[in-house]
Amino acid sequence: MTGLATSKAHSTPRMSATYRKRHRRGVALFALFAFPNLALIAVFAYWPVLENLYLSLTRWDFIGPAPVFIGLENYVQLFTSATFLDVLRITLIWVVVVVGVSLVLGIALASLFSMKLPGTTLVTGIVFAPHVIAGAAIAAVWLFIFDPNYGLARVFFNAVGLNSPSWITDAAWALPALLIVSIWKGVGFVSIVYLAGMQGMPSDVLEAARLDGANRWQLFRRIILPLLSPTTFFLVITQTIGAFQAFDVIAVMTGGGPASATTTLSWFIYDQAFNRSNVGYSAAAGTVMFVLLMAITILQFRFVERKVHY
Amino acid sequence: MAAPTTTASRPRNSDVAAPTPGLTKRRRRQGSLGRSWWGFLLLAAAALAFIIPLYMLVTTAFKTNAEIYAWPMRFFPSEFTWTNLRTAWEVAPFDAFIKNSVLVTLIGSVAKVTLAVFTAYAFAFLPFPGKKGLFLVMLGALMVPGHVTLLVNYITIGNLGLINTYAGLILPGVASAFGTFLLRQHFMSLPGEVFEAAELDGAGHFRTLRSLVVPMSVPAIATVALVAVIDEWNSFVWPLIITNSVNMRTLPIGLMYLKANDGVTSWGVLMSGTLIVVLPMLLVFLFAQRYIVTGLTGAAAGGGR
Repeated sequence: MTGLATSKAHSTPRMSATYRKRHRRGVALFALFAFPNLALIAVFAYWPVLENLYLSLTRWDFIGPAPVFIGLENYVQLFTSATFLDVLRITLIWVVVVVGVSLVLGIALASLFSMKLPGTTLVTGIVFAPHVIAGAAIAAVWLFIFDPNYGLARVFFNAVGLNSPSWITDAAWALPALLIVSIWKGVGFVSIVYLAGMQGMPSDVLEAARLDGANRWQLFRRIILPLLSPTTFFLVITQTIGAFQAFDVIAVMTGGGPASATTTLSWFIYDQAFNRSNVGYSAAAGTVMFVLLMAITILQFRFVERKVHY
Repeated sequence: MAAPTTTASRPRNSDVAAPTPGLTKRRRRQGSLGRSWWGFLLLAAAALAFIIPLYMLVTTAFKTNAEIYAWPMRFFPSEFTWTNLRTAWEVAPFDAFIKNSVLVTLIGSVAKVTLAVFTAYAFAFLPFPGKKGLFLVMLGALMVPGHVTLLVNYITIGNLGLINTYAGLILPGVASAFGTFLLRQHFMSLPGEVFEAAELDGAGHFRTLRSLVVPMSVPAIATVALVAVIDEWNSFVWPLIITNSVNMRTLPIGLMYLKANDGVTSWGVLMSGTLIVVLPMLLVFLFAQRYIVTGLTGAAAGGGR
């Protein structure tokens, strides 16, 4: 009896016939409105994760009749190959340097911007601009800057009495060159996010600290930096995810070389699949990336949850 | 009361150095380091660090080879030439690249925004069993890293027979979880009375969407649209793998044809091609900076899909 009553109450008991009709029509419209988008998300975002997992357990070259199931062999091969361990090492350097330097430079720029000097708005726009330009185009410009004979970088090296290294073709200089480009492209974004964080700060706290005689550095170190920690955490996560997937700069400037000096995980995944047709091997590397990024994303969600609580 | 004390106890020289003597303690914002010459110096340095590469791009595109390959570097070109641009067209079919980029960007963005608007409306106003769960499932797509989906999406598009076609270029990018999320949040914030009035007038959902929700959400839709345009125009890895004939390439991939395997065709030619890629988005940015910054900083928060 009661069960029936509650279930009836749940489905709105006093629903008029016309309302019910409208409601049914609404359900049908929902399907019509949302289905195409949801179907595309299912096919192009969720299905790839599952299929990639399966492919990572197979051997295939795109051409053969079907992927051959080989179990965990690809993973064993990956983690016993010196090349792949080197790829992971380069990826780690890439992520740590790009994220670390971008954050430090970004917060410095944001502090500068928060001084509200005349012209700040213009400069903020200029620093952010690379973020709307194609990575491939930025890579092309910097390729020219790093030209050892005619590039801008040579001017700086000559100024201190040195010859310019041949950046892109020298295994020791290629990775630093790419890191500079990635940081140049991304730091404007970081500084804008930090600037927004600074503008949202409670001014009475800063005023109180200043009255207590805190100098600029103390103010920055003890008040501003801690207050910005949610912003910093957000940036660390999003920048890390971005750095892991960096691709166009590598593709245009070095193609993973010289030798494998600039082969990060993202280039390796592409190279194995589309240059070498090692589908299963590439899929296994893809799973490694998926697991790493998923761990980072879960960290982010846990943090967001905690932030909501206090 | 507090503010005057601060200034009184502070050294005055920063105020003296300030270009506007009328600058008061009130205007000197908290956390600021005061107006000073070195602030300007740093600001100028930051501006130069980001302007100079772009300046090199523009000038090199129009420099003669003699000036590009002169050392010491000719920072200010004395001659202006269209030769590089013309050569770019001889080396690669830039007509086709431009056409492909424009088509893919326009169709892709319009489709993406349209789907996002309809989906957002559905999630905001229409009933459906398990709607909340479905919404979470959609948002979950934001966690899937784009680079990991490349391989399988390539196979899927191949199975659909769409490799090297516009449909294959556009289709995977049309799915939008973040744009939908953003628009739904906005739609839910619209005043409810308007919808009640519309319902009393007997307006159906299509009419409510077309003549109420969309007109009231132009800024939000513009933000989503601008971010979509920038993403599509700049997109690199997907067009790279899904097209295989020169005539189907988009502009960012087209740049690769100005780079011979053993080096560069000519810096002037490569820079003129690069300028074609860069200029439209810089102009878009110039005119819609505010929307783009909110959109892109928001998109990064959600992963950008």
